[in-house]
Amino acid sequence: MSVIDLNTYNALKESTGADFISTLTDTFIEDGYAQIEQMQTALAAKDAETFRRAAHSLKSNAATFGANELSALARELEMMGRDKNLEVGDRLEVLKEAFEQVKSQLNELRKP
Amino acid sequence: MMQSSSEPARLLVVDDNQINRMMLSRNLELQGHLVETAENGKEGLDKFRTGAFDLMLLDIEMPVMNGFEVLEACLNDLDLRQIPIIMTSAMEELDAVVKCVELGAEDYLTKPVNPILLRARVNASLEKKRLRDEQRKLFRTFATKEVAEELLRTGFSLGGQMVTATVLISDIRSFTTITESQEPSDSIELLNQYFSMMFDAITQNGGIVNQIVGDGVLAVFGAPIFFEDHRKRAVKAGLQMLEQLKVFNEKQLAQDKTPIRIGIGITSGRMVAGYTGTQNRAIYTCIGDTVNLADRIQEYTKEALRPLLIDGYTREGLPDSYKVEDLGKIVFKGKNQAVNVFAVVG
Repeated sequence: MSVIDLNTYNALKESTGADFISTLTDTFIEDGYAQIEQMQTALAAKDAETFRRAAHSLKSNAATFGANELSALARELEMMGRDKNLEVGDRLEVLKEAFEQVKSQLNELRKP
Repeated sequence: MMQSSSEPARLLVVDDNQINRMMLSRNLELQGHLVETAENGKEGLDKFRTGAFDLMLLDIEMPVMNGFEVLEACLNDLDLRQIPIIMTSAMEELDAVVKCVELGAEDYLTKPVNPILLRARVNASLEKKRLRDEQRKLFRTFATKEVAEELLRTGFSLGGQMVTATVLISDIRSFTTITESQEPSDSIELLNQYFSMMFDAITQNGGIVNQIVGDGVLAVFGAPIFFEDHRKRAVKAGLQMLEQLKVFNEKQLAQDKTPIRIGIGITSGRMVAGYTGTQNRAIYTCIGDTVNLADRIQEYTKEALRPLLIDGYTREGLPDSYKVEDLGKIVFKGKNQAVNVFAVVG
């Protein structure tokens, strides 16, 4: 099952080039891990603002690649952070799982 | 297709998100532009100040200095305010975007940015800037005419002196909205007509137009040639501007065209005035608190809902035949002391 909207992904690839999208994918993965880590740390420190910012960035980046479900999960967490509600339950775990799936598919997609 | 779209422009992308910076830069470079980036508002503003850019793409939510603060700083800078700024934001930030456009941002794009929209908005903004730049150049060539005589008489030297004079600043309300709703050629025609009306009112009363910034006009009365009644002359010019605008708007409405509204701020006092530039190309200009205050008072016309506002010192120089309304003491942003503001009503 695809976790990437291929219309969005292909449009991105077409407009920016295959080499570029591979570099962009590396950045997305690297930044994505950093953002998730920031969210975890912020959650432990009850720092809603840092939590919100990290979720905001991940939401934006996921949308760029057409990872719509991941983007929606990040958006939900962003909104909770904005509302200073850090009772996120297992949402962060669900998001991490979704991120791993997106990462795998992006790695598949960029193979020549 | 307009010619300028193929000419490379120097663009600055300011965004704290690396993916966004990479995406925007890549797309813009593929469209033939030269792109630089900055990671936060502060860095962006510093680069924008030194880089001779044609346009800035500015994120709203950023650390150190956010997009609002950068936008405000640029709009308060006479050199930077003529360079278009396009806001980039997430869908949820539309309220913030509206605020930015009202403040004076040229346009906006929502992220993730669509490359086709990006191209269209950037090119349209660059084209508008090109037209405004041409306009500015054109008017400067004959705005210096009045100064030429004095230059011939006294000889030309760069450098300033302290003078007591009156400054008049006028600006069109919502001009960006007007330019967006009509053809560029119509906007230029509108500007031409507006400027020639304003210039007439200023020069007929002995003032000198010394700066055109976008749709704004800065004129000085009482320098370089001193007039005892510089304050009265400036206010008279302001009233004449409004009178002429009324006639102009009636004509516009009769032709089913957009009427325009303006705000005028007039202040008097000590300021540094002189010729700046090079021996080949120089303008007569004035700087100082009096000039800044005129701009603030001009802005305040929006809130006061009166088109012509003056400060207390200008009021003191008016004969009794002028009718004024005391609006009380106003504290303007960045100023320590409250300023007594008056609306001129006739």
